[in-house]
Amino acid sequence: MDRRKFLKLAAISATLAGGVPGFFNREVKAKAYTPPPGALTARRWGMAIDIKKCWEHPECNDCIKACHYIHNVPHIPDRKREVKWIWKDEFEHVFPDKPNEFNNILLAHKPFLLLCNHCEHPPCVRVCPTQATFKREDGIVMMDYHRCIGCRFCMAACPFGARSFNWVDPRPYIEHFNPEFPTRMKGVVEKCLFCYERLEKGQIPACVEACKHKALIFGDLEDENSEISRLLRSRFSIRRKAELGTGPSVFYLIG
Amino acid sequence: MYNSDKVIPGIIIFVLFVTFPIWWNHAKTVAAPQPELPKGRCVESKAYMRSHHMQLLNRWRNEAIREGMRIYTSSDGKRFWISLQNGCMKCHHDKSKFCDRCHRFAAVEPYCWNCHIPPETKKFEEPRASRLLRLFHVPPKLVGTKNTEE
Ligand code: SF4
Ligand code: SF4
Repeated sequence: MDRRKFLKLAAISATLAGGVPGFFNREVKAKAYTPPPGALTARRWGMAIDIKKCWEHPECNDCIKACHYIHNVPHIPDRKREVKWIWKDEFEHVFPDKPNEFNNILLAHKPFLLLCNHCEHPPCVRVCPTQATFKREDGIVMMDYHRCIGCRFCMAACPFGARSFNWVDPRPYIEHFNPEFPTRMKGVVEKCLFCYERLEKGQIPACVEACKHKALIFGDLEDENSEISRLLRSRFSIRRKAELGTGPSVFYLIG
Repeated sequence: MYNSDKVIPGIIIFVLFVTFPIWWNHAKTVAAPQPELPKGRCVESKAYMRSHHMQLLNRWRNEAIREGMRIYTSSDGKRFWISLQNGCMKCHHDKSKFCDRCHRFAAVEPYCWNCHIPPETKKFEEPRASRLLRLFHVPPKLVGTKNTEE
């Protein structure tokens, strides 16, 4: 078809389609959207981290490696531009609200595993102007990267530093990529999503699966019989900055 | 009229100039794009996909990411896993032979592929900016892009 015919046809169809919407614009009839069968579901997903087990294996970074590989998280050496979903930091930075000069002998410089807390009342969701960040019914604080405009309000609102901004195109920094998962582009914010894409397929999060010492426990906090609920009932745990009222769903088992 | 000897040719030249694309391209044909179709049937009919794939993809991304609805039941009752990379591209094995052929023809550059990885990708390329920098021997450290020597 040459351009002339094309333009003519385009003009005619535009007029017709505009004039008779119900007829020419008719969409396909049966369009059913359903959740995937066999998905793992919960009323409130949460994670417990048996930090003592982590300390027994200070060299182990399997959880971080698994997560960052599977989600194409770039490794950017420049600290100011780095992107991280799950990482380690020391006690003083993780729990600045729990100073105790005597306790500090026990805990000083001890590494803690950090990730998005998937807060029950997430301030990052409240401030996002495009609802790119939103909370699902099962408690996962989700990112819709399609919608993120990179305003970084969420980063300012998150008291845990759980979000990273893509200052540069992340792709050159990904050496081995996972072809099943998208990357992000320059100008969007990203963070841990509790492996929603694995839960959909009936799999547990990648970090939990990768931990050979079983230090990470993932489960439904509202199910009394789940492993995580039983653990949290029987052992002493702390949460980061709980006094802020965001209700973190990540617990550190320390007792 | 004053200066008609200049104004009238001026008008003629102006008209010729602004209508240049029309008569230059007159009766020339441009080959229609030939996307390489995979065998088998798509989630919906060819005609529907041709005219509505953008609406469908837009709906898909909202249903899958925002509503958790990962399964699409098409008009003939078949079920599909909603995904660009792990759905569409499992049949359309080569983005450059399918998506790009029409998109280039229509001068449409959707930014899907800034994040989604087409199946033919084996390695991510260096960004254009740093290639340029190397051409002019600007040390990457100066601008903070990845140091390719490390
Ligand atoms: S840890 Fe930060 S990013 Fe994660 S849900 Fe809470 S406020 Fe939002
Ligand atoms: S940076 Fe993106 S996710 Fe964060 S508040 Fe802005 S639009 Fe929302």
